[in-house]
Amino acid sequence: MTIVTDPPKESFRLGMLIYDSRYRSLTIQAVALIGFMLLAAWLISNAAQNLAALGKPIGFDYLADPAGYDINQRLIEYTSRSTHLRAAFVGLLNTLLVAVLGCALATVLGVIIGVLRLSRNWIVSRLMAIYVEAFRNVPVLLWIVFFMAVLIETLPSPRAFRGDDPTASMLLNDTVAITNRGVYIPEPLFTRSLGDISVFGAFGISIDLLVLLAVLAAGLWAAHRVAVRADAIQEATGDRPTTWWQRLLLIVGPVLVTLIALGFHLGYSELKGFNFQGGIHLRNSLIALWLALSLYTAAFIAEIVRSGILAVSHGQTEAAYALGLSPNRTMNLVILPQAMRVIIPPLISQYLNLTKNSSLAIAVGYMDITGTLGGITMNQTGRELESVLLLMLVYLAISLSISAVMNWYNNRVKLVER
Amino acid sequence: MSGTHAETVRYVRDTMLPEQAPPLSAAGPIAWVRTNLFAGWFNTIMTLLSLAVIFFTLVELVPWLVQSSWTATSLNECRAQIVEMYGEGTTGACWAVIRERYLQLIYGFYPSELYWRPSLAFVLLIFAVAPILFERVPRALLYLTVIYPFLGAWLMWGGTVWLPIGAFMGFVFAYLTIRFVGTRAGAIVAAIAAVVVAIVWWLFLMGPVVQEFEQSIPLALEPVESRAFGGFMLSILIGVTAIAGSLPLGILLALGRQSDLFIVKSLCVGFIEFIRGVPLITLLFVASVLLNVFLPPGTNFDIILRVMIMVTLFAAAYMAEVVRGGLAALPKGQYEAADALGLDYWKAQRLIIMPQALKISIPGIVSTFIGVFKDTTLVSIIGLLDPLGLSNAIRSDTAWNGVVWELYGFIALMFFIFCFSMSRYSMYLERKLQTGHR
Repeated sequence: MTIVTDPPKESFRLGMLIYDSRYRSLTIQAVALIGFMLLAAWLISNAAQNLAALGKPIGFDYLADPAGYDINQRLIEYTSRSTHLRAAFVGLLNTLLVAVLGCALATVLGVIIGVLRLSRNWIVSRLMAIYVEAFRNVPVLLWIVFFMAVLIETLPSPRAFRGDDPTASMLLNDTVAITNRGVYIPEPLFTRSLGDISVFGAFGISIDLLVLLAVLAAGLWAAHRVAVRADAIQEATGDRPTTWWQRLLLIVGPVLVTLIALGFHLGYSELKGFNFQGGIHLRNSLIALWLALSLYTAAFIAEIVRSGILAVSHGQTEAAYALGLSPNRTMNLVILPQAMRVIIPPLISQYLNLTKNSSLAIAVGYMDITGTLGGITMNQTGRELESVLLLMLVYLAISLSISAVMNWYNNRVKLVER
Repeated sequence: MSGTHAETVRYVRDTMLPEQAPPLSAAGPIAWVRTNLFAGWFNTIMTLLSLAVIFFTLVELVPWLVQSSWTATSLNECRAQIVEMYGEGTTGACWAVIRERYLQLIYGFYPSELYWRPSLAFVLLIFAVAPILFERVPRALLYLTVIYPFLGAWLMWGGTVWLPIGAFMGFVFAYLTIRFVGTRAGAIVAAIAAVVVAIVWWLFLMGPVVQEFEQSIPLALEPVESRAFGGFMLSILIGVTAIAGSLPLGILLALGRQSDLFIVKSLCVGFIEFIRGVPLITLLFVASVLLNVFLPPGTNFDIILRVMIMVTLFAAAYMAEVVRGGLAALPKGQYEAADALGLDYWKAQRLIIMPQALKISIPGIVSTFIGVFKDTTLVSIIGLLDPLGLSNAIRSDTAWNGVVWELYGFIALMFFIFCFSMSRYSMYLERKLQTGHR
């Protein structure tokens, strides 16, 4: 005989929703969801009522209206008759421009300062410590307006370059002019230019630039293949062929050939009338923002680099020497890969911070997306809700894409533990 | 034997030589300079370069700092005084602008006869914070800490005393509810009841009761409008509020993000990632132009309060990530040990998890604090008169039109002092709480 014993059937009581841990989590989640939805509904209904009272319908068609304001620093064609959408796009490109420039300079400076801070040289390491503390403990906005003031107050005006006995002169064989209205640098010109291609009929991209980038990418790929082949030979025979000159040639050669084929030359800026003409004009606002963001972020990156290097234990170096690796290869093959694993995640979050801090451009009048969409466009059209929403979405998209890259990298270099 | 010995060995030392100081080249300042400053050609070049940098900075900066004017009343007078005192062609700092305007840089446009109120609030703040920061301070001061938010707000904004007391009573009622219901009906019911009691009090009962008291016992300070707030007072006000509010909120968000409850977790992740993905300036735009759109028609509450809410939310998201790092760094055994002891979720968090997780995350928490305090300068972009906003206001005065370095230098120095002392305190705290054996 088998005796089937059913577990005693419990009847469900209402109290179990709170006291029984099986149901409690459901209760809490339901309450949280309902609370969140109530809050959202409340906010949305308030917004609907308020906007109706103000007579403002929600919609994004205002972006197609002519903007009616000028943007002096821009990467693509733009006139005051262009649309608000185009103004926002110009601003977005300006944001990305200063972010990329800033990240590059901040990385270079940060690595140098971080390494020098670990130097055995007492004065150098003290000096770097002072730099790091000074920049980290003062608000970045203050640095931005400070650099703007430095550029405006201390640099010579274009007038100082004129006359028979000018008080200021152009640098680097008369190619670069640093004035209090901005920096003028030569622009690349092509005599046999291939022209522009139009993307969606909205803006043009120089084919010359695309060709150059393609040639550079091809060169890099070929150099990479050579390195891989050298690795294979080393694996097989133990001898590594010398390939650095082949790789250098593969990268530089095709680019040079392309440049000559396109008829590359530089267009210099010249003093005409009261100002410089020609060349590329980098405005003070861009330079001040770029320098301030880079120097500020470099202080943080320096600390990250320092802690990354300190995180690799000395035993690793000793082990590498015991295996007979040269100091150079020890650095490249043993120390750096391990330090990078510590350095990269906070480094990328610093890049994120720099990009977000670039929104402070509005303080010096650099027209980034906060200055166009969140500044003049918002004030002119009175569409605060839509403009701020779009602005947040744009920054969110930038942040999330950088985070995605970070997660991909983290997963790739993650230690596989037992 | 001894005879032979005496013949073969001429001299045997039978006492130890006294220890001699190491040669000058191996110890002492010269050796230190050699190993630290001039070891190798690269090192030498770096040393010389650094010395050159220091030298030229000092040569440029020190005369400017010293050959200054403290008494002038305008920039032109400053320049004239400096030329008169130190000769033609000298330029120097015009510290007179700081001397004349330092009260404004500290208090903004707060009425000058009421300066004692923010000053008192600041002194009380130090006493309120001291028992949290240092162990040796008498515990009785914690009562001041509890009532300080209401006391401080009353001192700053003025108005009737019954409003902050009423707001405080909401918390008192909630606490009493937990005490009395908790013993009879269990923790969760008590918590829900406490929240309901507090909300009912604040929304429906507080207003009439406060009005009643105000009429029968009128006890009030002269009210000060938010527009008058400014300077470092404003920075500290926003900074301290955001710092105090963001830590508990951040801990809750971090716990939510680590929890197994899917909906709670997704809400927390969404909030944290959204806030961290946008710059603070967009949130300040929301505070200045949008928050009123999302509130019931007719409400119009204070711009400073709106900014404080947004900055607190912003800081809380960052704090949540820092605390989450601490939670993740804690060995799983700690959670399991807490479960094995039979502690429920909140007891385990309070007694075992949080003390350790927060200790691990101290450096991150403090650097978030420093970041928030620095970020309070951003309010100048939406038109509040923090020190940076005031520096523009001072420059728009014709007497001081053109003063740049003195103002920026002063503001930078003040921020440096605040932030640097915070980071030093975090180092002290880390050392004090260090219990590991590394």
